[in-house]
Amino acid sequence: MSTQLPVLELRGIVKTFNLGQPNETEVLHGIDLVLQHGEFCSVIGPSGSGKSTLLNIVGLLDRPTRGTLSVCQQETTTLNDSALTQLRGHSIGFVFQYHHLISAFSAIENVMMPMVGDAGMFTDAMRERAAALLDSVGLTRWKDAPSTQLSGGQQQRVAVARALAMKPALILADEPTGNLDSKSADAVFDLLLSVSREQGTSVLFVTHNAALSARCDKTIEVVDGRLKP
Amino acid sequence: MIAWLPFEAWVSLRFMREGKVQTSFIVGGISIGVAVIVFMSALLSGLQSNFVRRALTGQAHIQVLPLKEVVRPLRDHESAWRESATVQAPLQRLKSIDQWQSAAAQIAYMPEVSVVSPAATGSALVTRGDASRAITLTGITPELYYQIVPLPEKIVRGQAHMEVDTIFIGTDLATDLGVTVGDKLRVSAANDSVNTLKVAAIFDLGNKGANSRSTFVALRTAQSLLGLTGRVSVLDITVHDVYAAEVVAQRISALTHLEADSWIKTNEQFFTAVHAQTTANTAIRFFVALSVGFGIASVLVVSVVQRSREIGIFRAMGITRGQILRIFLLQGGLLGLLGAISGSLMGGTALVLWQRFERNADGSVMFPLTLDPWLFIQALVLASLTGLIAAFAPAMRAARLDPVVAIRG
Repeated sequence: MSTQLPVLELRGIVKTFNLGQPNETEVLHGIDLVLQHGEFCSVIGPSGSGKSTLLNIVGLLDRPTRGTLSVCQQETTTLNDSALTQLRGHSIGFVFQYHHLISAFSAIENVMMPMVGDAGMFTDAMRERAAALLDSVGLTRWKDAPSTQLSGGQQQRVAVARALAMKPALILADEPTGNLDSKSADAVFDLLLSVSREQGTSVLFVTHNAALSARCDKTIEVVDGRLKP
Repeated sequence: MIAWLPFEAWVSLRFMREGKVQTSFIVGGISIGVAVIVFMSALLSGLQSNFVRRALTGQAHIQVLPLKEVVRPLRDHESAWRESATVQAPLQRLKSIDQWQSAAAQIAYMPEVSVVSPAATGSALVTRGDASRAITLTGITPELYYQIVPLPEKIVRGQAHMEVDTIFIGTDLATDLGVTVGDKLRVSAANDSVNTLKVAAIFDLGNKGANSRSTFVALRTAQSLLGLTGRVSVLDITVHDVYAAEVVAQRISALTHLEADSWIKTNEQFFTAVHAQTTANTAIRFFVALSVGFGIASVLVVSVVQRSREIGIFRAMGITRGQILRIFLLQGGLLGLLGAISGSLMGGTALVLWQRFERNADGSVMFPLTLDPWLFIQALVLASLTGLIAAFAPAMRAARLDPVVAIRG
């Protein structure tokens, strides 16, 4: 992938909920955003400003009402659900506020999950890659531990490792440090930053933490569904 | 994890393992349902085959008889109106089968037929001293007839060797007349023919009526007594497939223009009872399967609700709707399969215990039960299919979940 081409490009993204209903609500009002390869961008803004909606649209979990969205130079607004799922699986990694590991699986199995889901079957190479990812987030000792037995910080690091499993071009992190103590929050942020720097992965990092936001390449602020100039 | 396990199976098994209590309860419920089906089906099938076996050890599968005499109403040739309004039913004289050797050869040539045995049958009176009893005298060719009715196995006194001057009688007739093996009886037919025969064997057919009326003599003896010299009044037949007897009887009837009655026709009431039992069993199976299906569906509906956030995460990491659908369908199928395996074991054990402890007064088994592998295979397939069908609605619901809503919880 060329480093000159943007990983993410949003043009005039509008999102309206309950379209045509009496309670119709426009949440995003024409968002334009470009994220370059390897760029680490924080998204800040008050609660209810539309940050999560923006992230859901960027993450191809939701469709915009109007506007165009390209992920890895692929225009997505015309893609069907199956193509969106495939693009999401291969190009985007998610880290959520509440880590959201699958409780029935161990740490390493959670990391392997996207790879096994994509291939349809388990291979030793997947286990090796998952082990290496857990090693890189400092959880070698805990790789076979049930995910429910890990601390919040450890779970979030597993979630980061899982987000990296498919070598995505873009990581969407929705307040991943919001639920952690400051030490764990810093550790998770540093982890994402190092991944971005070392692997050239673009990161869209939603946070309320001004100190963390200040350490990003750029910051965008969402206020009332618009990007603050 | 196991390398060859597909992704969907891996996740399904883990979900089931994680919800151990839920899984155990529903598998327990399915097991009981399947055990009831297996036990009842085996019992019913054993009961039916026992009835059939008992019914067929004392009679031929098909009896070929001469056509009954009928009276045709007298008609006016020009108007086709009946001249006589009342038609009196004719007397049914003892008749022989016309050209019986040729008919027997034709029937024996049919591939479905295994044995054809000619017999001369009629009513007679047996006398000893002042006592007399009405009997049914059956003249047989022992080497053929014994292949149809295993008379030697039913002999309680005497020997199965039959001579022209010997007679086999039932236990009740022997008691009524006060005779035993070696005693002589005077047998007289309706045509005033009389013969004195020696009791060579006393048999027990397991039926009081049959034991007081049925008697067997050599074919030639019966022909002589009944006035049917060289002729026979019935052809007893066995076929390879006892349940095809009625179809074969119809074919014989069409081929020989004689009356052919199958055991199915002569035991119509028995088949009505079998049909009623089968219907009841089917209804029980249906309702048990329905309750199993609803049980699986309700467990999976709860599971989908409980796991909606995880389903959202799966979708976020690129797992397709089809894969989500298959994860929950597979859970339904696996629950059904596990329940069927455990239920089959429970049902099989119950059958073994039943056979061991439920006995006749003399200690013999009530009737032999066979653990038919097909019954268990059917139970496995049916329960798995029921699981799959029951899982369809919850699985569709899981696959259609909006990932944004699901992740938000």
